[in-house]
Amino acid sequence: MYGHKVKLRFLFIFVALTILALTTFLILKSLEENVIYFQSPSDIKTLNNVKKEKIRIGGMVKESSIEIRNNEVNFIITDLNNELNVSYSGVIPNLFSEGKGVVAEGYLKDKNFFVATKILAKHDENYMPPEVKEALQEK
Amino acid sequence: MLKYFEPNKIFSITSKAPKYVLFLFIILFSIGLTESLFLSPEDYKQSHSVRIMYVHVPAAWISIGIFTTLTVLSIVGFIFKIRNFFLITKSLAPSGFVFCVIALVTGSIWGKPTWGTWWAWDARITSMLILSLFYLMYLLAWRIYEKSDNVLKITTSITILGIINVPIIKYSVDWWNTLHQQASINILSKSTIHESMLFPLIIMTAAFALFSLLIFLMKYNTELIKIKNKGLDRL
Repeated sequence: MYGHKVKLRFLFIFVALTILALTTFLILKSLEENVIYFQSPSDIKTLNNVKKEKIRIGGMVKESSIEIRNNEVNFIITDLNNELNVSYSGVIPNLFSEGKGVVAEGYLKDKNFFVATKILAKHDENYMPPEVKEALQEK
Repeated sequence: MLKYFEPNKIFSITSKAPKYVLFLFIILFSIGLTESLFLSPEDYKQSHSVRIMYVHVPAAWISIGIFTTLTVLSIVGFIFKIRNFFLITKSLAPSGFVFCVIALVTGSIWGKPTWGTWWAWDARITSMLILSLFYLMYLLAWRIYEKSDNVLKITTSITILGIINVPIIKYSVDWWNTLHQQASINILSKSTIHESMLFPLIIMTAAFALFSLLIFLMKYNTELIKIKNKGLDRL
């Protein structure tokens, strides 16, 4: 039905796309450590040695773990399996609160203690009006 | 059969279409703006800054949609040598680029009050930046190689390279830890956005789609007029 040239061009595009997809997959797979924006407290627990580099830790702020003393904020980041104590002094984003997502950038003191130099609030995929939220909480 | 088309016939339709599209766009855009700026509720967590979503999300969707369309049309056009498809892609690309930039800029404005940063090198944001660079490269290729016979091959190659990035944009939030949250609107499972906020989002998406269509028709008509001026009655 179609000419020989058409079939060849189709094959060409098909092979090109396959090669590109595979190459991209391999590159991203090997770069996974750098592609992720933050590590979880569980990742920190499995580390062999504490590195001096700046890293980001993400998770949930543990309920009733925020303590404010002078200019310092202490809280616990949890991924529901493991926990990490964080201390920070500086500007806190509006959405930072207990039970919500957070990403802290800074340095590890040891496997249980993290000194943050920057705090980012992570928000989840739920969007709803305040009335609906209240109705949900009452349930 | 597909190979030849008559610019005059198409032009008689596409030259009349813009005013109707503009009319529809104005109606939908005003409904969308009133809905998203005044009538829709504030978010329980983000309060009023959630309203940026009604520009940010549709712009991102449209720019990804247009890039996918460019790729499909370029590949089919390349395989079957349909020149008209390349006139379409050439006219469609600028609005895709504009929406891509809008998505990045509004995302940045939204990021400051919610996350606490203007920019983060997370997978979603970086892959979206790469998409805008592919758009830029695509538009530049048309400018530079306009007169060359290779222009169709070059632009098709750019879309093939760029299309690999599109699933990465879509699934980046599921594959890796990102600052960007997961998708709220899911086709297969329940969406996690309240109906009262979903409605303006859909209206704004339709309005942006119409705007792209409008810009496309204007550009496409110019291309057709150029062909007519060359005195060709078919391509």
